[in-house]
Amino acid sequence: MALTQDVALAGIREIVVEVAGIDGAQVTMEKKFADDLEVDSLSMVEVIVAAEEKFSVKIPDDEVTKMTTVADAVNFIVANS
Amino acid sequence: MSRTRVVVTGLGATTPLGGDVPSTWEALLAGKSGARLLPEGMITSVNVKFAAMIAVEPVEVMKPVEIRRLDRSEQFAMIAAREAWADAGSPEVDHERLGVVIASGIGGVTTMLEQYDILRDKGARLVSPHTVPMLMPNGPAANVGLEFKAQAGVHTPVSACASGAEAIGYAMEMIRLGRADIVIAGGVEAAVHELPMAGFAAMKALSTRNDDPTKASRPYDKDRDGFVLGEGGGVVILESLEHAQARGATIYCELAGQGLTSDGYHIAAPDPSGSGVTRAVKFALRDSGVDLSEVVHLNAHATSTPAGDVAEANALTAALGEHMSHVAVSATKSMTGHLLGGAGAIESVFVVLALKHRLAPPTINIENLDEAVKVDVVRDVPRPLPSGPIAAINDSFGFGGHNVVLIFKSFEG
Repeated sequence: MALTQDVALAGIREIVVEVAGIDGAQVTMEKKFADDLEVDSLSMVEVIVAAEEKFSVKIPDDEVTKMTTVADAVNFIVANS
Repeated sequence: MSRTRVVVTGLGATTPLGGDVPSTWEALLAGKSGARLLPEGMITSVNVKFAAMIAVEPVEVMKPVEIRRLDRSEQFAMIAAREAWADAGSPEVDHERLGVVIASGIGGVTTMLEQYDILRDKGARLVSPHTVPMLMPNGPAANVGLEFKAQAGVHTPVSACASGAEAIGYAMEMIRLGRADIVIAGGVEAAVHELPMAGFAAMKALSTRNDDPTKASRPYDKDRDGFVLGEGGGVVILESLEHAQARGATIYCELAGQGLTSDGYHIAAPDPSGSGVTRAVKFALRDSGVDLSEVVHLNAHATSTPAGDVAEANALTAALGEHMSHVAVSATKSMTGHLLGGAGAIESVFVVLALKHRLAPPTINIENLDEAVKVDVVRDVPRPLPSGPIAAINDSFGFGGHNVVLIFKSFEG
């Protein structure tokens, strides 16, 4: 079942709110995890593990290192779910 | 050149008696016990069903993301440090001259055990990436250091139940040595979990008075049967006198000196001769320059174990001689329980407040004073302390044979 971008974004938003404790409205496609959302390298591990569970996808480590923005994560999930 | 004087300019705490210093002190003077039955989910096969748990849960005063990323011991440190820093007037400081020394006896033991449960039940992938920063014993100091951008040094002395006092002494030395102008110092513990409890119970160190938890911690009573595990912590802000006066800080009192020794006797049992304690008290008196006649109050380690309380009282008498009969001795663990690595810190907070308010807190639950106890114990109600220049002692000991004695004195300018 293919996911829409909106559904993937909503899921990532929910995860980031829990992991980083910031306002969900802040979590938009262009935002950078580290610079804009207080998701440091340790917390990014939490985001990835939670996203893999939520969307039943496998996100390889070399993909994680390329995920700078929310859009990077959303697009990977939409393409691979 | 005279030695740098070190003063106390802020206090913070979260304890079984209250979520901050004022509420804790009020309950302490009222003789309240912080011990209670464990919640249902925490009752296990351990033969101890109660503890002195924190009065205000961190989740009530911290952001959810802080709760998620900080071990419970780190949460306690952050809460107490924030209160102490605000109490000191939230000073503008040179961060390269700001230090942190916060101890813990055991470290993030609940994080370690909870993450091990996840590892065993769900696999390594779900182990939190925050596990190591949460379980490391220096985590409380490190997180407080980050919060206040401390760059003069962040340290964590570990000496079991003497850790909190050792941290405050270490902080004093940082200022004396010229490494820092201001240091956030204290100790915390968050070990109310079945494994540490089972371990202490196996040593026969814990009271098993399950039918009456608030009467279980009874230092100096002849029916005492062990300590009551407590949690929480205390923090003091130490400053060089020069730095405190330059910024117009309110000064509680002076931290005048410390004495440190080790027993070299047994890993857990107190040396019955008490010589390590006696030497530590003498060293502290010498280091502080306090005249023996000024010592009017002592917050004892007195954990309510059969062996420890009497050994300590005898060692104190050996150190202070006839003057010991003029010292008002308070055993506040009768109310807070034993905060382990937090004990020496919260009891230092109590000594500072005793000097400020000229009031020695009570010792509760003494129904029949053990005849072997020859010191003057403040029982049931607070006792006024004299006016004029006075000094007070906080002594703390830890498994491993660590003896730490701190001497505070009223600030006379």
